[in-house]
Amino acid sequence: MTLTEKEVEHVARLARLGLTPAEKKLYQEQLSRILDYAEEIKKLETENVEPTYHSLPLENVLRKDVVKQDVDPGKMLAQSPSAEGNFYSVPKILD
Amino acid sequence: MVALTELTAYELTEKILAKETSFREITRSFSKAITDRDPKIGAFLIQNRSADKESEQLDREIQSNPKEFFRQHGPLAGLPIAVKDNMCTTDFPTTCASKILQNYTPAYNATVVEKLRTARMPILGKTNLDEFAMGSSTENSAFQKTRNPWNIQCVPGGSSGGSAAAVTACEAPLALGSDTGGSIRQPASFCGIVGLKPTYGLVSRYGLVAFASSLDQIGPLTRDVRDAALLLSHIAGHDPRDSTSAPVDMPDYSLSLKQDIKGLRIGLVQELMGKGIDPEVKKAVQESAKVFERLGGVVEETSLPTLTYALSVYYLVATAEASSNLARFDGVRYGTRAKDVDDILTMYTKTRAEGFGPEVKRRIMLGTYALSAGYYDAYYLKAQKIRTLIKQDFEKAFSKYSVLIMPTSPTVAFQFGEKTDDPLTMYLSDIATIPVNLAGIPGISLPCGMQNGLPIGLQILAKHFDEPTLLRASYAYEQATSWHKQRAKV
Repeated sequence: MTLTEKEVEHVARLARLGLTPAEKKLYQEQLSRILDYAEEIKKLETENVEPTYHSLPLENVLRKDVVKQDVDPGKMLAQSPSAEGNFYSVPKILD
Repeated sequence: MVALTELTAYELTEKILAKETSFREITRSFSKAITDRDPKIGAFLIQNRSADKESEQLDREIQSNPKEFFRQHGPLAGLPIAVKDNMCTTDFPTTCASKILQNYTPAYNATVVEKLRTARMPILGKTNLDEFAMGSSTENSAFQKTRNPWNIQCVPGGSSGGSAAAVTACEAPLALGSDTGGSIRQPASFCGIVGLKPTYGLVSRYGLVAFASSLDQIGPLTRDVRDAALLLSHIAGHDPRDSTSAPVDMPDYSLSLKQDIKGLRIGLVQELMGKGIDPEVKKAVQESAKVFERLGGVVEETSLPTLTYALSVYYLVATAEASSNLARFDGVRYGTRAKDVDDILTMYTKTRAEGFGPEVKRRIMLGTYALSAGYYDAYYLKAQKIRTLIKQDFEKAFSKYSVLIMPTSPTVAFQFGEKTDDPLTMYLSDIATIPVNLAGIPGISLPCGMQNGLPIGLQILAKHFDEPTLLRASYAYEQATSWHKQRAKV
């Protein structure tokens, strides 16, 4: 298979996704099949082709550096599973 | 007497102007249709119980001068509309059909939602979708199944399946959907209605929960082309809050509703008329080409060779962008958070493991892999280069033709569970719609036939910001046929 089990674990960790052993196996198979299909892109010559990141050629879309408050911060804090004062509270990050 | 719910949105406005009905009566008819039919269809995740009251308010306002009301608020002002549940609404939860957002009510409205409010259009409810807009059948919704009103054993298409089913089942006269790889056009095709993906940048993405930022667009799902053109005029326009929003002047789309296409050069795309496309679908598209010729159009076969790579490109680019966009769902600021976690890493991994469905996980993984060190050049960068070649193929085609035609989907609506075993089989149902998002050009699906009681969709494409020509070609075809007059019996 195109993807090894180690690679699946590595990608899952990068994506912060907890996978069960069954899921690891399933995704290893399914993702390998998709990547095998996508191998066809190697056939095309793209040596001097620029990548397209956006279909509209807009650049440096800026606005004036003026403070705006479109949304109520109180409302946004209230949406958090756990907030204290003006802070979002989460489990310990550093030991 | 035709029921109000079976009329097009424009026909409803004519009835208002003729004082033959009221906004309250209209909204009530649709609210009742939802109550009666949605237990069977499952288009709505949540229904707005105040829609009727909002409409009563409108009737009081419009009393003196209905003409002035439409002049001030827009051609479809006051009509009720369904909105796909990946667009932020402060008045209703916005779940994206995902467990991770099942308790989330946004603190702000999407720009398109604000435009609907300015147009005084009550929202009938939020419609079902594939989770985070990832899917082609709406089967990936974490909450419920949506059924195709033409055949309830079949899917309505996806990811805007709820919006498409709502309009098709006459539960709403209008709906908004979003399209990243075909999610407006393919359900429109499966449901026999009109679905338009505007040019990238024409409609603001502010408040649309992002799947793939360089591909996503919001667009109308309607019973006919006129309604699509009028709804587009309500939602299009530059938005300073969306930095990918195009700073272009919006033309009056109602002026495109002419039936004149004499001399219009039309390219029939060969790569989408080959094997992999159902013979009945091909036949219907070939018949449509004859209709265009009878109307004075000039149809020629044309080839866009890079299109055959579009699926691979899409499943590398879109998933890469999705892996980035969905990183924000981590249990910190909104949505659900896993319980019984002692450290931050477990909080992230458990929250996301519990909150995301399998298709979403698959795509996040694929995208993360394509962007990861050691694979970025071979996959993501290579795909974006081929994207340039695809764009160039379209540019070459549009130097010769004003519009391109092809099927919207290789098949008609399939049955539940038919394509869920192998993800690749599901992805292949988007081969005709995906290239359009990669190039950023506009595309529309119109009904053009039936196969065993299920609709077939014709797809028409035009170059960037040429919605006027696209709508004109679509309107001409539609008015020369009767597919748009069909209504599904629920």
